[in-house]
Amino acid sequence: MSDVSSHREVYSILRKPLILGNKTYADVTNDVCAPLEQKSSLAWWLSILAAFMVMVVGIVAVTYQVRTGIGTWGLNNTVGWAFDITNFVFWIGIGHAGTLISAILFLFRQKWRTSVNRSAEAMTIFAVICAGIFPIIHMGRPWLGFWVIPYPNERGPLWVNFRSPLVWDMFAISTYFTISLVFWFVGLIPDLATIRDRATGLKKKIFGWLSLGWDGSNKTWSRYEKVYLLLAGLATPLVVSVHTIVSWDFATSVIPGWHTTILPPYFVAGAVFSGFAMVLTLMLIVRKVLHFEDYITIHHVENMCKIIIATGGIVALAYITEFFIAMYSGNDYERFTFINRAFGPYAWAYWIMVSCNIGFPQLLWFKKIRTNVVSVFIIAIIINIGMWFERFVIVTTSLTRDYLPASWASYTPTSIEIATFAGSFGLFLTLFLLFARFLPMIAIGEVKGVLSYGTQSPTNGQKTADVFLKEKGSAQIPNLKPQTLEVQ
Amino acid sequence: MSRRLLINYFAHERDILSATRTAREQGYEIVDVYTPYAVHGMDEAVGQKPTRLPWICFLLGLCGAAAKLWYQIWTSATSWPVNVGGKPLRSVPAFVPVTFEMMVLFAGVGTVLTFFFLSRFRPGKKPSVLYDKTTNDTFALVLVQNNAAFDVSNVKTMFAPYHLVRTEEQIEKGNR
Repeated sequence: MSDVSSHREVYSILRKPLILGNKTYADVTNDVCAPLEQKSSLAWWLSILAAFMVMVVGIVAVTYQVRTGIGTWGLNNTVGWAFDITNFVFWIGIGHAGTLISAILFLFRQKWRTSVNRSAEAMTIFAVICAGIFPIIHMGRPWLGFWVIPYPNERGPLWVNFRSPLVWDMFAISTYFTISLVFWFVGLIPDLATIRDRATGLKKKIFGWLSLGWDGSNKTWSRYEKVYLLLAGLATPLVVSVHTIVSWDFATSVIPGWHTTILPPYFVAGAVFSGFAMVLTLMLIVRKVLHFEDYITIHHVENMCKIIIATGGIVALAYITEFFIAMYSGNDYERFTFINRAFGPYAWAYWIMVSCNIGFPQLLWFKKIRTNVVSVFIIAIIINIGMWFERFVIVTTSLTRDYLPASWASYTPTSIEIATFAGSFGLFLTLFLLFARFLPMIAIGEVKGVLSYGTQSPTNGQKTADVFLKEKGSAQIPNLKPQTLEVQ
Repeated sequence: MSRRLLINYFAHERDILSATRTAREQGYEIVDVYTPYAVHGMDEAVGQKPTRLPWICFLLGLCGAAAKLWYQIWTSATSWPVNVGGKPLRSVPAFVPVTFEMMVLFAGVGTVLTFFFLSRFRPGKKPSVLYDKTTNDTFALVLVQNNAAFDVSNVKTMFAPYHLVRTEEQIEKGNR
């Protein structure tokens, strides 16, 4: 039969299983729903309390700077962009891994993505929320932030300048946020229905409301799969466009070190690189705390490490190319900017960037290191730090030393700026912890689909009906009373 | 008109795929198949026609892109033309990024809303049919007992090789 032969190809026992522990479908549901159905642990309460308190520090800092004015920052006439824009690019970059996992790896039929896509997508949404805060604060008068939206107004109507990369950025980020949210929610619907059918009382009502009446019929699944594919197809160029446009914020200016055509691919690769580092940081904690070792296996960790090596390689190549082109261009300003980056007053930041992003990730070439959870966790943290410094180096070094030596200046962040950045981490972690407590961290429906992948038993890792009946006893299966049904 | 339904439960993907295919080959009328996850090859087994959503997605994307391109040209060159650094008023290349973003936004959000509309999804809706544990670990194939010749025991025999777990009869109050 044709279905058997096609099964052979995909479910060959020669492949490594994706999910360990020879799980049944019910095991998957139980395991993933377990954290949602228990009482919150003390560790969860302590971590969300800590995250919330850090967020409050951020809220206080933002309130203070909005009330007082942007003089509370370390900016000056020469350095007009520094900490806020660095943080904005940093968070947007982190957001890119989620879409890469959910969309690009989906198009490439990378089935291992099913264990990590849900939480990576959630991470994307939270990271984009954190990112979005910074340009709004940066406006100085955030209550007029809606002026970036081209709406018919009483000032003419005076429209936004559609030739400005800052306007492109507004459209790119808001589209990215909306599409990521929609993608995440569509993926959640079947799992919300699974929880609805297990829950009782108020929880059943809430999840019943959220799951929109999902019944798991093939008609719906068929459309759902197509919608998922279409969204993946749309999100793939979108994710590339978003960081491309972010890089244009810099590249379309005439500042030396910014005005280069290499910036878009360099930024996109860097974004995926930093995003995967953040996914690994979070996933390694999640798999340990929520006991998901059978779902997020060492094989998954290894695969993500390989993507880090690849994108880290592109980033390294970009650093070298950028330096070489500056030297080779014959343009004194470009040449000076890059020498200044590596040996000027911010050389320490440059070398932190180079060692964290080019140096340490090379350790992942060794299988021993990339299959060791502790070493991977440490390297992921190092990359997160390195990628923050990359953005700091790009934004600050170019501005502190521009064309006119008379206007050269220096920049040091104030405590208010640092508190705002810390607060964004508080917000990110608070949202992530709430997500981990109330929604399924792993895509139940998708994992069930790859459960039989690479397993040895004749029924593709599932118990046969005979075993199923023998174990449970037919009496164990509850009988539905004949009921009146409405079929639309 | 009410229909008598026979619900057949299976425990595994492969079983329900083969059972569905056999049922259709034998000429049974299938209402639908209920599965905990998207079973690949099921569309073919049930005889489900491919959805036309890709076309809707394409048209929505086209509308979004066209509308936004027009809007940018209209605001920049007609409604309130502003000379920015001597750039032409209809600087179409500069309008490409936002046009692209709007295409993605319209196509993505529109497709999902169309999907919700087609599947009659809305917040708070109770699932119109829900068979036992099909969102957890059971697969259900629903047949219509469409004539007097329909014999439940025949169906049970037909599905025996596919490890039929159990069957159940229901009366559907249809208003289709």
